[in-house]
Amino acid sequence: MKEINANMAGTVLNVLVNKGEGVSPGQLVVVLESMKMEIPIESTVEGTVTDIKVGIGDFVNEGDTLVILT
Amino acid sequence: MTAKLENRLNDMIDQIKAGGAPKYHEKNAAQNKMFVRERLERLFDEGEFSVEDALFANNEAGNLPADGVVTAMGKVGGQTVCVMANDSTVKAGSWGARTVEKIIRIQEIAQRLKVPMLYLVDSAGARITDQIDMFPNRRGAGRIFYNQVKMSGMVPQICLLFGPSAAGGAYIPAFCDVVIMVDQNASMYLGSPRMAEKVIGEKVSLEEMGGARMHCSVSGCGDILAQSEKEAIELARNYLSYFPANYKQKPIMKEPKPPVDGRALEEIVPENQNVPFDMYELISRIVDDGSFFEIKKLFAGEIITGLARIEGRTVGIVANQPKVKGGVLFVDSADKAARFITLCDAFSIPLIFLADVPGFMIGTKVERAGIIRHGAKLIAAMSDVTVPKLSVIVRKAYGAGLYAMAGPAFEPDCCIALPTAQIAVMGPEAAVNAVYSNKINEIEDPKERMLFVQQKQQEYKEHIDIYKLASEMIIDDIVAPSRLRETLHHRLRFLESKEMTFSERKHPVYPV
Repeated sequence: MKEINANMAGTVLNVLVNKGEGVSPGQLVVVLESMKMEIPIESTVEGTVTDIKVGIGDFVNEGDTLVILT
Repeated sequence: MTAKLENRLNDMIDQIKAGGAPKYHEKNAAQNKMFVRERLERLFDEGEFSVEDALFANNEAGNLPADGVVTAMGKVGGQTVCVMANDSTVKAGSWGARTVEKIIRIQEIAQRLKVPMLYLVDSAGARITDQIDMFPNRRGAGRIFYNQVKMSGMVPQICLLFGPSAAGGAYIPAFCDVVIMVDQNASMYLGSPRMAEKVIGEKVSLEEMGGARMHCSVSGCGDILAQSEKEAIELARNYLSYFPANYKQKPIMKEPKPPVDGRALEEIVPENQNVPFDMYELISRIVDDGSFFEIKKLFAGEIITGLARIEGRTVGIVANQPKVKGGVLFVDSADKAARFITLCDAFSIPLIFLADVPGFMIGTKVERAGIIRHGAKLIAAMSDVTVPKLSVIVRKAYGAGLYAMAGPAFEPDCCIALPTAQIAVMGPEAAVNAVYSNKINEIEDPKERMLFVQQKQQEYKEHIDIYKLASEMIIDDIVAPSRLRETLHHRLRFLESKEMTFSERKHPVYPV
Protein backbone atom coordinates (compact mmCIF):
# COMPACT_ATOMS: atom_id res chain seq x y z
CA MET A 1 0.00 0.00 0.00
CA LYS A 2 1.31 3.41 -0.96
CA GLU A 3 -0.13 6.75 0.01
CA ILE A 4 -0.13 10.02 -1.84
CA ASN A 5 -0.18 12.83 0.70
CA ALA A 6 -0.87 16.55 0.64
CA ASN A 7 2.43 18.47 0.64
CA MET A 8 0.78 21.55 2.11
CA ALA A 9 -2.47 22.64 3.74
CA GLY A 10 -5.27 23.66 1.36
CA THR A 11 -8.60 22.80 -0.23
CA VAL A 12 -9.17 20.04 -2.77
CA LEU A 13 -9.87 21.69 -6.12
CA ASN A 14 -9.99 18.58 -8.29
CA VAL A 15 -9.46 14.82 -8.14
CA LEU A 16 -8.17 13.46 -11.43
CA VAL A 17 -8.17 9.70 -10.83
CA ASN A 18 -10.83 7.06 -10.17
CA LYS A 19 -10.82 3.92 -8.10
CA GLY A 20 -9.26 1.02 -9.98
CA GLU A 21 -7.29 3.27 -12.27
CA GLY A 22 -3.56 2.70 -12.80
CA VAL A 23 -1.21 5.61 -12.19
CA SER A 24 2.43 6.12 -13.11
CA PRO A 25 5.13 8.26 -11.48
CA GLY A 26 4.77 11.93 -12.35
CA GLN A 27 1.05 11.61 -13.12
CA LEU A 28 -1.17 14.39 -11.80
CA VAL A 29 -3.67 12.87 -9.33
CA VAL A 30 -5.08 15.74 -7.28
CA VAL A 31 -5.07 19.53 -7.55
CA LEU A 32 -5.21 21.50 -4.32
CA GLU A 33 -5.92 25.15 -3.94
CA SER A 34 -3.85 26.92 -1.34
CA MET A 35 -2.78 30.53 -0.92
CA LYS A 36 -4.90 31.23 -4.04
CA MET A 37 -2.57 29.01 -6.07
CA GLU A 38 -3.22 25.76 -7.86
CA ILE A 39 -1.03 23.11 -6.27
CA PRO A 40 -0.58 20.04 -8.50
CA ILE A 41 -0.04 16.80 -6.57
CA GLU A 42 1.71 14.15 -8.62
CA SER A 43 2.19 10.49 -7.86
CA THR A 44 5.78 9.55 -7.13
CA VAL A 45 5.13 5.83 -7.59
CA GLU A 46 3.38 3.38 -9.87
CA GLY A 47 0.23 1.63 -8.68
CA THR A 48 -3.52 1.16 -8.85
CA VAL A 49 -5.91 3.46 -7.01
CA THR A 50 -7.70 1.52 -4.26
CA ASP A 51 -9.14 4.41 -2.31
CA ILE A 52 -9.70 8.14 -2.62
CA LYS A 53 -9.77 9.80 0.78
CA VAL A 54 -10.89 13.29 -0.20
CA GLY A 55 -13.57 15.05 -2.20
CA ILE A 56 -13.71 18.38 -3.96
CA GLY A 57 -13.90 21.22 -1.42
CA ASP A 58 -12.42 19.26 1.50
CA PHE A 59 -9.79 20.95 3.66
CA VAL A 60 -6.60 18.92 3.98
CA ASN A 61 -3.63 19.53 6.22
CA GLU A 62 -0.02 18.97 5.27
CA GLY A 63 0.67 15.22 5.37
CA ASP A 64 -2.99 14.14 5.06
CA THR A 65 -3.62 11.15 2.82
CA LEU A 66 -5.30 11.97 -0.50
CA VAL A 67 -5.16 8.75 -2.48
CA ILE A 68 -4.18 5.17 -1.64
CA LEU A 69 -2.50 2.91 -4.20
CA THR A 70 -1.49 -0.72 -4.23
CA MET B 1 74.20 10.48 2.37
CA THR B 2 74.59 6.79 2.06
CA ALA B 3 72.31 4.78 -0.15
CA LYS B 4 71.27 2.85 2.94
CA LEU B 5 69.88 5.96 4.64
CA GLU B 6 68.07 7.01 1.53
CA ASN B 7 66.56 3.58 1.07
CA ARG B 8 65.32 3.61 4.63
CA LEU B 9 63.60 6.96 4.01
CA ASN B 10 62.04 5.84 0.74
CA ASP B 11 60.84 2.56 2.21
CA MET B 12 59.23 4.40 5.03
CA ILE B 13 57.53 6.91 2.70
CA ASP B 14 56.20 4.07 0.54
CA GLN B 15 54.96 2.24 3.58
CA ILE B 16 53.15 5.28 4.98
CA LYS B 17 51.66 6.24 1.62
CA ALA B 18 50.23 2.74 1.27
CA GLY B 19 47.89 3.44 4.20
CA GLY B 20 46.35 0.68 6.32
CA ALA B 21 46.42 -3.09 5.94
CA PRO B 22 45.29 -4.65 2.60
CA LYS B 23 42.05 -6.00 4.12
CA TYR B 24 40.90 -2.44 4.80
CA HIS B 25 41.67 -1.45 1.22
CA GLU B 26 39.55 -4.40 0.06
CA LYS B 27 36.73 -3.34 2.34
CA ASN B 28 36.95 0.18 0.90
CA ALA B 29 36.81 -1.11 -2.66
CA ALA B 30 33.81 -3.32 -1.83
CA GLN B 31 31.94 -0.17 -0.74
CA ASN B 32 32.91 1.66 -3.95
CA LYS B 33 35.24 3.88 -1.98
CA MET B 34 38.53 5.19 -3.28
CA PHE B 35 41.71 5.20 -1.24
CA VAL B 36 42.38 8.63 0.26
CA ARG B 37 45.40 9.29 -1.98
CA GLU B 38 43.39 8.42 -5.06
CA ARG B 39 40.73 10.91 -3.98
CA LEU B 40 43.35 13.63 -3.66
CA GLU B 41 44.86 12.79 -7.01
CA ARG B 42 41.44 13.27 -8.62
CA LEU B 43 40.75 16.44 -6.68
CA PHE B 44 43.98 18.22 -7.57
CA ASP B 45 44.78 19.50 -11.06
CA GLU B 46 46.44 16.87 -13.17
CA GLY B 47 50.19 17.26 -13.53
CA GLU B 48 50.36 19.96 -10.85
CA PHE B 49 52.52 19.63 -7.75
CA SER B 50 51.18 19.36 -4.23
CA VAL B 51 52.81 19.54 -0.80
CA GLU B 52 52.03 17.34 2.16
CA ASP B 53 52.96 17.97 5.79
CA ALA B 54 53.41 15.54 8.69
CA LEU B 55 53.46 12.45 6.54
CA PHE B 56 55.51 10.93 9.35
CA ALA B 57 53.00 11.82 12.06
CA ASN B 58 52.84 9.04 14.65
CA ASN B 59 55.20 6.86 12.59
CA GLU B 60 56.56 5.47 15.85
CA ALA B 61 53.25 3.77 16.50
CA GLY B 62 54.00 1.57 13.52
CA ASN B 63 50.40 0.83 12.54
CA LEU B 64 49.00 4.35 12.12
CA PRO B 65 50.33 5.71 8.81
CA ALA B 66 50.15 9.52 8.75
CA ASP B 67 47.94 9.10 11.83
CA GLY B 68 44.95 8.45 9.60
CA VAL B 69 44.74 11.81 7.85
CA VAL B 70 46.41 13.42 4.86
CA THR B 71 46.87 17.19 5.02
CA ALA B 72 48.11 18.95 1.91
CA MET B 73 48.24 22.04 -0.27
CA GLY B 74 47.39 21.60 -3.91
CA LYS B 75 45.81 23.24 -6.93
CA VAL B 76 42.18 23.08 -8.05
CA GLY B 77 41.32 24.87 -11.28
CA GLY B 78 44.66 26.68 -11.02
CA GLN B 79 43.86 28.01 -7.53
CA THR B 80 45.67 27.00 -4.34
CA VAL B 81 43.60 25.05 -1.81
CA CYS B 82 44.28 23.39 1.55
CA VAL B 83 42.88 19.94 2.23
CA MET B 84 42.43 17.49 5.06
CA ALA B 85 41.41 13.99 4.08
CA ASN B 86 40.67 11.10 6.43
CA ASP B 87 42.17 7.74 5.60
CA SER B 88 39.48 5.16 6.30
CA THR B 89 42.01 2.31 5.96
CA VAL B 90 43.73 3.50 9.13
CA LYS B 91 41.58 2.66 12.15
CA ALA B 92 38.46 3.63 10.20
CA GLY B 93 39.76 7.18 9.80
CA SER B 94 39.47 7.80 13.53
CA TRP B 95 41.13 10.77 15.23
CA GLY B 96 44.11 10.60 17.58
CA ALA B 97 46.07 13.51 19.03
CA ARG B 98 48.28 13.97 15.94
CA THR B 99 45.33 13.59 13.56
CA VAL B 100 43.71 16.55 15.29
CA GLU B 101 46.94 18.58 15.36
CA LYS B 102 47.43 17.99 11.64
CA ILE B 103 43.91 19.18 10.86
CA ILE B 104 44.36 22.28 13.03
CA ARG B 105 47.67 23.10 11.31
CA ILE B 106 46.31 22.87 7.79
CA GLN B 107 43.41 25.12 8.85
CA GLU B 108 45.93 27.62 10.17
CA ILE B 109 47.75 27.52 6.84
CA ALA B 110 44.51 28.10 4.93
CA GLN B 111 43.87 31.14 7.13
CA ARG B 112 47.35 32.56 6.58
CA LEU B 113 47.27 31.99 2.83
CA LYS B 114 43.58 32.97 2.63
CA VAL B 115 42.73 30.05 0.38
CA PRO B 116 39.79 27.60 0.30
CA MET B 117 39.81 24.75 2.82
CA LEU B 118 38.42 21.35 1.84
CA TYR B 119 37.46 18.60 4.25
CA LEU B 120 37.34 15.10 2.75
CA VAL B 121 35.58 13.30 5.57
CA ASP B 122 35.40 9.54 6.10
CA SER B 123 35.87 8.96 9.80
CA ALA B 124 34.49 6.89 12.65
CA GLY B 125 35.20 9.77 15.08
CA ALA B 126 37.48 10.06 18.09
CA ARG B 127 39.77 7.27 19.31
CA ILE B 128 38.26 7.00 22.76
CA THR B 129 41.47 5.43 24.08
CA ASP B 130 43.28 8.68 23.21
CA GLN B 131 40.65 11.04 24.51
CA ILE B 132 42.73 12.99 27.04
CA ASP B 133 45.28 13.74 24.29
CA MET B 134 42.83 14.75 21.59
CA PHE B 135 39.51 15.82 23.06
CA PRO B 136 39.41 18.49 25.75
CA ASN B 137 42.57 20.60 25.57
CA ARG B 138 43.37 23.91 23.87
CA ARG B 139 44.43 22.21 20.69
CA GLY B 140 41.98 19.34 21.01
CA ALA B 141 39.27 18.51 18.50
CA GLY B 142 37.13 21.43 19.63
CA ARG B 143 39.73 23.75 18.10
CA ILE B 144 38.94 22.33 14.64
CA PHE B 145 35.37 23.59 14.91
CA TYR B 146 36.46 26.86 16.50
CA ASN B 147 38.77 27.41 13.52
CA GLN B 148 35.97 26.56 11.10
CA VAL B 149 33.73 29.18 12.64
CA LYS B 150 36.58 31.70 12.48
CA MET B 151 37.24 30.86 8.82
CA SER B 152 33.59 30.95 7.81
CA GLY B 153 33.14 33.74 5.28
CA MET B 154 36.93 34.34 5.15
CA VAL B 155 37.66 31.48 2.76
CA PRO B 156 35.33 28.96 1.11
CA GLN B 157 35.02 25.78 3.20
CA ILE B 158 33.83 22.68 1.42
CA CYS B 159 32.99 19.28 2.85
CA LEU B 160 33.01 16.12 0.78
CA LEU B 161 31.40 13.38 2.78
CA PHE B 162 32.48 9.93 1.60
CA GLY B 163 31.67 7.91 4.69
CA PRO B 164 30.48 8.45 8.21
CA SER B 165 30.82 11.71 10.05
CA ALA B 166 29.86 10.72 13.54
CA ALA B 167 29.19 12.37 16.88
CA GLY B 168 31.43 15.44 17.36
CA GLY B 169 32.89 14.87 13.89
CA ALA B 170 29.47 15.59 12.42
CA TYR B 171 30.11 19.25 13.12
CA ILE B 172 32.79 19.46 10.41
CA PRO B 173 30.15 19.40 7.66
CA ALA B 174 27.85 21.56 9.77
CA PHE B 175 30.36 24.43 9.74
CA CYS B 176 31.21 24.18 6.04
CA ASP B 177 29.66 26.39 3.35
CA VAL B 178 28.58 23.38 1.34
CA VAL B 179 28.31 19.64 1.99
CA ILE B 180 28.51 17.18 -0.88
CA MET B 181 27.39 13.71 0.20
CA VAL B 182 27.87 10.40 -1.61
CA ASP B 183 24.60 8.46 -1.77
CA GLN B 184 24.55 5.22 0.27
CA ASN B 185 28.04 5.74 1.77
CA ALA B 186 27.93 9.16 3.44
CA SER B 187 26.18 9.64 6.75
CA MET B 188 25.98 12.16 9.57
CA TYR B 189 24.66 11.54 13.03
CA LEU B 190 25.35 12.46 16.64
CA GLY B 191 24.46 9.01 17.94
CA SER B 192 24.64 5.83 15.84
CA PRO B 193 21.56 3.60 15.44
CA ARG B 194 23.16 1.21 17.94
CA MET B 195 23.49 4.03 20.44
CA ALA B 196 19.97 5.26 19.76
CA GLU B 197 18.61 1.81 20.55
CA LYS B 198 20.61 1.57 23.77
CA VAL B 199 19.98 5.07 25.06
CA ILE B 200 16.48 6.01 23.91
CA GLY B 201 15.12 2.65 22.75
CA GLU B 202 14.62 3.66 19.11
CA LYS B 203 15.08 1.07 16.37
CA VAL B 204 16.09 2.73 13.14
CA SER B 205 18.38 2.14 10.16
CA LEU B 206 21.44 4.29 9.52
CA GLU B 207 20.12 5.36 6.13
CA GLU B 208 16.82 6.48 7.61
CA MET B 209 18.36 8.34 10.52
CA GLY B 210 21.51 9.84 9.07
CA GLY B 211 21.87 8.81 5.43
CA ALA B 212 22.96 11.09 2.62
CA ARG B 213 19.57 11.23 0.92
CA MET B 214 17.78 12.03 4.16
CA HIS B 215 20.19 14.88 4.94
CA CYS B 216 19.95 16.32 1.42
CA SER B 217 16.15 16.20 1.28
CA VAL B 218 14.78 16.33 4.84
CA SER B 219 17.19 17.77 7.43
CA GLY B 220 18.94 20.19 5.07
CA CYS B 221 22.36 19.29 6.57
CA GLY B 222 23.52 18.12 3.13
CA ASP B 223 23.56 20.35 0.06
CA ILE B 224 24.32 18.12 -2.89
CA LEU B 225 23.75 14.38 -3.32
CA ALA B 226 26.39 12.70 -5.50
CA GLN B 227 26.00 9.24 -6.99
CA SER B 228 29.69 8.35 -6.69
CA GLU B 229 32.92 9.61 -5.19
CA LYS B 230 34.11 10.56 -8.65
CA GLU B 231 31.02 12.71 -9.16
CA ALA B 232 31.40 14.28 -5.70
CA ILE B 233 34.98 15.33 -6.49
CA GLU B 234 33.95 16.73 -9.89
CA LEU B 235 31.16 18.70 -8.17
CA ALA B 236 33.60 20.16 -5.64
CA ARG B 237 35.98 21.24 -8.42
CA ASN B 238 33.10 22.81 -10.32
CA TYR B 239 31.73 24.52 -7.20
CA LEU B 240 35.10 26.15 -6.52
CA SER B 241 35.18 27.62 -10.03
CA TYR B 242 32.42 30.06 -9.00
CA PHE B 243 34.32 31.35 -5.98
CA PRO B 244 37.24 33.65 -5.30
CA ALA B 245 40.00 32.37 -2.98
CA ASN B 246 38.79 34.57 -0.13
CA TYR B 247 36.45 37.39 0.90
CA LYS B 248 38.85 40.09 -0.36
CA GLN B 249 38.82 38.86 -3.94
CA LYS B 250 36.17 38.64 -6.63
CA PRO B 251 35.08 35.54 -8.56
CA ILE B 252 37.01 34.83 -11.73
CA MET B 253 35.35 35.59 -15.09
CA LYS B 254 34.81 32.60 -17.36
CA GLU B 255 34.26 32.32 -21.09
CA PRO B 256 30.76 33.77 -21.82
CA LYS B 257 28.25 31.36 -23.37
CA PRO B 258 24.77 32.02 -24.78
CA PRO B 259 21.88 30.43 -22.90
CA VAL B 260 20.45 27.10 -24.01
CA ASP B 261 17.95 27.24 -26.89
CA GLY B 262 14.30 26.77 -26.10
CA ARG B 263 10.95 28.46 -25.65
CA ALA B 264 10.98 32.22 -25.25
CA LEU B 265 10.33 33.69 -21.81
CA GLU B 266 7.02 35.11 -23.05
CA GLU B 267 5.80 31.56 -23.65
CA ILE B 268 7.16 30.18 -20.38
CA VAL B 269 5.46 32.60 -17.97
CA PRO B 270 1.63 32.25 -17.89
CA GLU B 271 -0.38 35.43 -17.48
CA ASN B 272 -2.82 33.82 -15.07
CA GLN B 273 -1.07 34.36 -11.73
CA ASN B 274 -2.58 31.23 -10.17
CA VAL B 275 -1.32 28.76 -12.76
CA PRO B 276 2.05 27.13 -12.04
CA PHE B 277 5.03 27.07 -14.40
CA ASP B 278 8.57 25.72 -14.19
CA MET B 279 11.02 28.37 -12.95
CA TYR B 280 13.98 26.17 -14.00
CA GLU B 281 13.02 26.77 -17.60
CA LEU B 282 13.08 30.53 -17.07
CA ILE B 283 16.47 30.35 -15.33
CA SER B 284 17.93 28.29 -18.18
CA ARG B 285 16.97 31.07 -20.61
CA ILE B 286 18.83 33.82 -18.75
CA VAL B 287 22.07 32.10 -17.64
CA ASP B 288 25.03 30.86 -19.68
CA ASP B 289 24.42 27.37 -21.04
CA GLY B 290 25.45 24.68 -18.56
CA SER B 291 26.42 27.18 -15.88
CA PHE B 292 23.61 26.58 -13.39
CA PHE B 293 24.99 24.90 -10.27
CA GLU B 294 22.18 24.19 -7.87
CA ILE B 295 22.53 24.13 -4.09
CA LYS B 296 20.00 22.14 -2.02
CA LYS B 297 18.09 20.87 -5.04
CA LEU B 298 16.31 18.14 -3.06
CA PHE B 299 15.42 20.37 -0.10
CA ALA B 300 12.51 22.87 0.05
CA GLY B 301 11.90 22.79 -3.71
CA GLU B 302 9.48 25.74 -3.54
CA ILE B 303 12.53 27.99 -3.65
CA ILE B 304 15.46 27.50 -6.01
CA THR B 305 18.99 28.56 -5.04
CA GLY B 306 22.00 28.17 -7.29
CA LEU B 307 25.17 29.64 -8.71
CA ALA B 308 25.30 30.51 -12.37
CA ARG B 309 27.03 32.77 -14.89
CA ILE B 310 25.68 35.55 -17.04
CA GLU B 311 28.08 36.43 -19.86
CA GLY B 312 30.84 34.72 -17.87
CA ARG B 313 30.15 36.54 -14.57
CA THR B 314 29.28 34.53 -11.45
CA VAL B 315 25.87 35.28 -9.95
CA GLY B 316 23.74 33.73 -7.23
CA ILE B 317 20.11 33.08 -8.10
CA VAL B 318 17.25 32.96 -5.61
CA ALA B 319 13.99 32.10 -7.37
CA ASN B 320 10.52 31.06 -6.28
CA GLN B 321 9.31 27.84 -7.91
CA PRO B 322 5.55 28.13 -8.59
CA LYS B 323 5.51 24.48 -9.66
CA VAL B 324 6.24 23.28 -6.12
CA LYS B 325 3.81 24.21 -3.33
CA GLY B 326 2.76 27.20 -5.40
CA GLY B 327 6.10 28.87 -4.70
CA VAL B 328 4.85 29.74 -1.22
CA LEU B 329 7.58 30.39 1.37
CA PHE B 330 7.80 27.90 4.25
CA VAL B 331 10.08 27.46 7.25
CA ASP B 332 12.60 25.37 5.29
CA SER B 333 12.49 27.55 2.17
CA ALA B 334 13.24 30.62 4.28
CA ASP B 335 16.21 28.84 5.89
CA LYS B 336 17.50 27.61 2.56
CA ALA B 337 17.38 31.03 0.91
CA ALA B 338 18.81 32.86 3.96
CA ARG B 339 21.82 30.57 4.02
CA PHE B 340 22.46 30.85 0.28
CA ILE B 341 22.24 34.65 0.39
CA THR B 342 24.81 34.72 3.20
CA LEU B 343 27.12 32.47 1.16
CA CYS B 344 26.99 34.70 -1.92
CA ASP B 345 27.37 37.91 0.07
CA ALA B 346 30.46 36.55 1.87
CA PHE B 347 32.27 35.90 -1.40
CA SER B 348 31.30 38.90 -3.53
CA ILE B 349 28.79 37.03 -5.68
CA PRO B 350 26.00 39.34 -6.97
CA LEU B 351 22.48 38.16 -6.17
CA ILE B 352 19.54 37.99 -8.54
CA PHE B 353 16.08 37.48 -7.07
CA LEU B 354 13.36 36.12 -9.37
CA ALA B 355 10.05 36.69 -7.64
CA ASP B 356 6.80 34.83 -8.23
CA VAL B 357 5.55 34.40 -4.71
CA PRO B 358 2.08 34.33 -3.13
CA GLY B 359 3.67 35.09 0.26
CA PHE B 360 4.62 33.16 3.36
CA MET B 361 2.50 30.12 4.22
CA ILE B 362 -0.24 30.63 6.79
CA GLY B 363 -2.11 28.20 9.06
CA THR B 364 -1.61 26.48 12.40
CA LYS B 365 1.11 24.11 11.30
CA VAL B 366 3.57 26.77 10.14
CA GLU B 367 2.75 29.26 12.91
CA ARG B 368 3.60 26.59 15.48
CA ALA B 369 6.82 25.89 13.62
CA GLY B 370 7.76 29.56 13.97
CA ILE B 371 7.35 30.72 10.37
CA ILE B 372 7.65 34.35 11.52
CA ARG B 373 11.00 33.66 13.18
CA HIS B 374 12.26 31.78 10.12
CA GLY B 375 10.93 34.36 7.69
CA ALA B 376 12.75 37.02 9.70
CA LYS B 377 15.99 35.11 9.10
CA LEU B 378 15.52 35.34 5.37
CA ILE B 379 14.55 39.00 5.41
CA ALA B 380 17.52 39.83 7.69
CA ALA B 381 20.01 37.96 5.49
CA MET B 382 18.65 39.61 2.34
CA SER B 383 18.70 43.11 3.94
CA ASP B 384 22.26 42.71 5.12
CA VAL B 385 23.64 42.03 1.63
CA THR B 386 26.27 44.44 0.32
CA VAL B 387 26.96 42.70 -3.02
CA PRO B 388 24.97 43.85 -6.06
CA LYS B 389 21.33 42.95 -5.36
CA LEU B 390 18.98 42.76 -8.34
CA SER B 391 15.31 42.18 -7.80
CA VAL B 392 13.21 40.91 -10.71
CA ILE B 393 9.44 40.69 -10.27
CA VAL B 394 8.48 37.92 -12.69
CA ARG B 395 4.80 37.63 -11.73
CA LYS B 396 3.12 38.11 -8.39
CA ALA B 397 4.97 39.38 -5.34
CA TYR B 398 2.44 39.47 -2.54
CA GLY B 399 2.76 40.52 1.07
CA ALA B 400 6.00 39.77 2.88
CA GLY B 401 6.94 37.69 -0.17
CA LEU B 402 7.83 40.98 -1.87
CA TYR B 403 10.03 41.87 1.09
CA ALA B 404 11.77 38.47 1.17
CA MET B 405 12.57 38.72 -2.55
CA ALA B 406 14.46 42.01 -2.18
CA GLY B 407 11.53 44.34 -2.78
CA PRO B 408 12.03 48.10 -3.21
CA ALA B 409 12.25 48.89 0.53
CA PHE B 410 15.28 46.64 0.94
CA GLU B 411 17.59 48.76 -1.15
CA PRO B 412 18.07 46.49 -4.13
CA ASP B 413 20.27 48.10 -6.78
CA CYS B 414 17.22 47.82 -8.97
CA CYS B 415 13.73 46.42 -8.80
CA ILE B 416 12.66 45.60 -12.34
CA ALA B 417 9.42 44.02 -13.49
CA LEU B 418 8.33 41.86 -16.38
CA PRO B 419 4.99 42.95 -17.89
CA THR B 420 3.38 40.00 -16.03
CA ALA B 421 4.43 41.44 -12.64
CA GLN B 422 1.86 42.06 -9.95
CA ILE B 423 2.89 43.70 -6.68
CA ALA B 424 0.36 43.87 -3.87
CA VAL B 425 -0.33 43.12 -0.22
CA MET B 426 -2.42 40.23 -1.53
CA GLY B 427 -3.90 38.97 -4.80
CA PRO B 428 -7.16 40.36 -6.21
CA GLU B 429 -9.31 37.39 -5.08
CA ALA B 430 -8.11 37.52 -1.49
CA ALA B 431 -8.21 41.32 -1.33
CA VAL B 432 -11.80 41.63 -2.58
CA ASN B 433 -12.93 38.94 -0.14
CA ALA B 434 -11.19 40.70 2.71
CA VAL B 435 -12.47 44.21 1.97
CA TYR B 436 -16.02 43.46 0.79
CA SER B 437 -16.84 40.24 2.64
CA ASN B 438 -19.96 41.70 4.39
CA LYS B 439 -21.21 43.32 1.22
CA ILE B 440 -20.69 40.15 -0.83
CA ASN B 441 -22.70 38.15 1.71
CA GLU B 442 -25.56 40.67 1.60
CA ILE B 443 -26.11 40.24 -2.14
CA GLU B 444 -28.62 37.44 -2.48
CA ASP B 445 -28.75 36.97 -6.25
CA PRO B 446 -25.76 34.74 -7.16
CA LYS B 447 -25.34 36.32 -10.57
CA GLU B 448 -25.38 39.80 -9.16
CA ARG B 449 -22.90 38.71 -6.47
CA MET B 450 -20.54 37.29 -9.06
CA LEU B 451 -20.71 40.47 -11.14
CA PHE B 452 -19.99 42.58 -8.06
CA VAL B 453 -16.94 40.46 -7.18
CA GLN B 454 -15.67 40.57 -10.76
CA GLN B 455 -16.06 44.33 -10.92
CA LYS B 456 -14.23 44.87 -7.62
CA GLN B 457 -11.44 42.50 -8.72
CA GLN B 458 -11.09 44.45 -11.95
CA GLU B 459 -10.87 47.74 -10.05
CA TYR B 460 -8.28 46.22 -7.75
CA LYS B 461 -6.20 44.97 -10.68
CA GLU B 462 -6.23 48.44 -12.21
CA HIS B 463 -5.16 49.89 -8.88
CA ILE B 464 -2.08 47.64 -8.73
CA ASP B 465 -1.33 47.83 -12.47
CA ILE B 466 2.38 47.53 -13.08
CA TYR B 467 2.49 50.70 -15.24
CA LYS B 468 0.89 52.60 -12.38
CA LEU B 469 3.60 51.28 -10.05
CA ALA B 470 6.25 52.30 -12.58
CA SER B 471 4.67 55.74 -12.79
CA GLU B 472 4.93 56.02 -9.01
CA MET B 473 8.59 54.91 -9.37
CA ILE B 474 8.01 51.96 -7.03
CA ILE B 475 9.79 49.88 -9.63
CA ASP B 476 12.73 51.11 -11.67
CA ASP B 477 11.86 49.60 -15.02
CA ILE B 478 9.51 47.34 -16.92
CA VAL B 479 11.47 44.98 -19.14
CA ALA B 480 10.35 42.83 -22.04
CA PRO B 481 11.08 39.18 -21.16
CA SER B 482 13.24 38.86 -24.26
CA ARG B 483 15.51 41.60 -22.89
CA LEU B 484 15.83 40.30 -19.32
CA ARG B 485 19.21 38.60 -19.72
CA GLU B 486 20.67 41.57 -21.53
CA THR B 487 19.47 44.09 -18.97
CA LEU B 488 20.78 41.96 -16.08
CA HIS B 489 24.14 41.69 -17.80
CA HIS B 490 24.38 45.45 -18.37
CA ARG B 491 23.38 46.25 -14.82
CA LEU B 492 25.87 43.72 -13.40
CA ARG B 493 28.64 45.42 -15.34
CA PHE B 494 27.75 48.86 -13.98
CA LEU B 495 27.48 47.45 -10.48
CA GLU B 496 31.00 46.06 -10.49
CA SER B 497 32.35 49.00 -8.50
CA LYS B 498 29.62 48.82 -5.86
CA GLU B 499 31.05 49.19 -2.38
CA MET B 500 29.05 49.73 0.75
CA THR B 501 28.87 49.10 4.47
CA PHE B 502 25.44 48.05 5.61
CA SER B 503 25.36 49.30 9.17
CA GLU B 504 27.48 50.55 12.05
CA ARG B 505 27.71 47.97 14.84
CA LYS B 506 29.54 44.91 16.06
CA HIS B 507 27.06 42.45 14.57
CA PRO B 508 23.31 42.12 14.40
CA VAL B 509 21.28 40.21 16.94
CA TYR B 510 20.45 37.48 14.46
CA PRO B 511 16.84 36.30 14.29
CA VAL B 512 17.90 32.63 14.41
